[in-house]
Amino acid sequence: MNSRLLSIIRKEFIHILRDPRTLAIMFVIPIIQLVLLGYAATTDIRRLNTAVLDGDRTMQSRQLIEAYRASDYFAIRNYVQSEDDLAQLLDNGQVRAGIIIPAGYADHLARGETAQVAFLIDGSDPSVATTAFAASQSVGQAFGIQILQRRLGVDVTQLGTVDIRPRVWYNPELRSSNYMVPAVMGMILQFLTQLFTALAIVREREQGTIEQLVVTPIKSWELVVGKVVPYIGIAFFDLLEVLFIGVLLFDVPIRGSILLLLALSLLFLLTTLGTGLFISSLAHTQQEAMFLSFLTMLPGIFLAGFFFPLEAMPGVLQALSYLVPLRYMLIIMRSIILKGVGLPAFTEPVIALAILGPLIFLAASMRFRKSLE
Amino acid sequence: MISIDHLTKQFDTTVAVKNLSLDIQPGEVFGLIGPDGAGKTTTLRVISTAMNPTTGRVSVSGIDTGRDPEAVKQIIGYMPQRFALYPDLTVIENLNFFADVFGSPRAQRAELTERLLRFAHLTEFQARLARNLSGGMQKKLALAATLMHRPRVLLLDEPTTGVDPVSRREFWDLLTEIHLEGVTIVITTPYLDEAERCTRVGLMYRGELIACDTPGKLRAEIGAVVLEAQSAQALAARRAMEASEGVLTVSTHGDLLRLLVDRAERQAALEAAWRAAGIDVQNVRVVKPRLEDAFVLLLTDDGRRRTEKENSVIGRPSSVEK
Repeated sequence: MNSRLLSIIRKEFIHILRDPRTLAIMFVIPIIQLVLLGYAATTDIRRLNTAVLDGDRTMQSRQLIEAYRASDYFAIRNYVQSEDDLAQLLDNGQVRAGIIIPAGYADHLARGETAQVAFLIDGSDPSVATTAFAASQSVGQAFGIQILQRRLGVDVTQLGTVDIRPRVWYNPELRSSNYMVPAVMGMILQFLTQLFTALAIVREREQGTIEQLVVTPIKSWELVVGKVVPYIGIAFFDLLEVLFIGVLLFDVPIRGSILLLLALSLLFLLTTLGTGLFISSLAHTQQEAMFLSFLTMLPGIFLAGFFFPLEAMPGVLQALSYLVPLRYMLIIMRSIILKGVGLPAFTEPVIALAILGPLIFLAASMRFRKSLE
Repeated sequence: MISIDHLTKQFDTTVAVKNLSLDIQPGEVFGLIGPDGAGKTTTLRVISTAMNPTTGRVSVSGIDTGRDPEAVKQIIGYMPQRFALYPDLTVIENLNFFADVFGSPRAQRAELTERLLRFAHLTEFQARLARNLSGGMQKKLALAATLMHRPRVLLLDEPTTGVDPVSRREFWDLLTEIHLEGVTIVITTPYLDEAERCTRVGLMYRGELIACDTPGKLRAEIGAVVLEAQSAQALAARRAMEASEGVLTVSTHGDLLRLLVDRAERQAALEAAWRAAGIDVQNVRVVKPRLEDAFVLLLTDDGRRRTEKENSVIGRPSSVEK
């Protein structure tokens, strides 16, 4: 084994271990990110604050309200007396939805007529509104069918009709955390390896130690590999840490092969380490390196389909996303962890990474020179 | 030992070293001096292989630095001006790291390490982080680190700048020991008393070598006479003389006047002039020139005084040095 390489790796580990703040960042940040994104970045709508204006005050109107409450999508927080009161609650955000049942609701039903009910939804947050909108309709329809059945005296489901039964695969409860945890793993891999590689190399330049290194027999590639290896080790540790916490806190199922996941992560790491290396050749100070790193990471996270589905993006952005390695890694992560499928199911992203990884890393290594000029 | 042949080093717009030719013999302690931005650091960096020359060639022990830098690295030890060891590594970890990267065999290393630690008076501090050492101790550690691969040539860039006088003396004692073991030393220094200790001194100015000889010869061939005098009105005495014929430079140090004149015979005329101006000046005498006098004269020659002033207004052209 190359003793120069070993001594650089050993030295790099000492740097990391002697810097408690960085050490904390490397091991605690993943947990914080996971918990935050797992819990907070959820679009699951549960118990939306709802106000009711019941102008009818009959058993029938209360049944309808009960149907909404029982659906678990809506929590009835307020009963109001006027539309103005309802508007005010919506205005100041105390409720996100309002049900208005006009007087005469029960009478209309009794006469066999259609009864009108208004459902107000706060559309300022589209993702909440979309879910609330769908829920208001489906709960209402189910309730309507019950009324029909009672009126006709037949079981509607016994009549010949189309019966659609959706079945959600991979994530039957549609939990956001299942979707987020694999994504957070990808993001953390990128964050740690790219940023810290760039910092570790720029630090040598900033503190002047590069001047001593250039007159030693250390080769450029030894310096690069020696600097990068400790961070690969830490990245893998973090990967397992996030997986473990994901299972523990969020019940994320791990259906596929962890070994395959680790192997493909290595391919992904070539792209992030290469980017870090590239940044280190541009930045003169650690601050600059950090700035450049975030500058590339933030748009990358969006273009990778981290928060918002790629399918919903304009064509130009979709095209751009093909250049973002994280995009492929997220597909691989979600496929292995949630779907439990193997290589044949996602050959395309793997091929993309197999091309991008060596390309980025080689290009960056060629730019990187162990020199003062 | 070191042969520099028409070396020019150019950065974007500045020429840091201009057509420099110099031969340094084995066993020399060669001092490179000159004002900031003169190109001393760049010269050392090119010799050390840290930088490539723009034109010209440098060879160490007959090995061309451009053709076989790896072989040159084994022969030389380079100590940069800035502390360039790892502040978060201990003394011993720093030494071991540099021994490791030079591939020095572990078996012989224990003895060498122990000897260098003792030599640098760092034995009891070997477990201390480098950042917690005093400035002088850091310099000694840096010197020890450059010696871990037993170089035959040492390149030291202002190793004593910013170090207290006691540590400076200690450092020079170490250099003497190394020198006696046959190591060739090239050192840059802002202190002319240190330059006096060198076997030869080269004065660099604006990228050029404008003088190069033994300190004794430089002093002897100064081409001027140095006068000293005492006066309670030293400043007035100085002002009265500055434009006089034959006076090359005048400087004051408290009540001491120091004049460089072209001939010893000027003394009588000067004393007469002071008397006429009513300035009390006593104890006028001819003294032995110092290296400093030689360099002041060399630098003030051919209108160089003006350009030096420009230099000091612009400040240190540090971009060239760094």
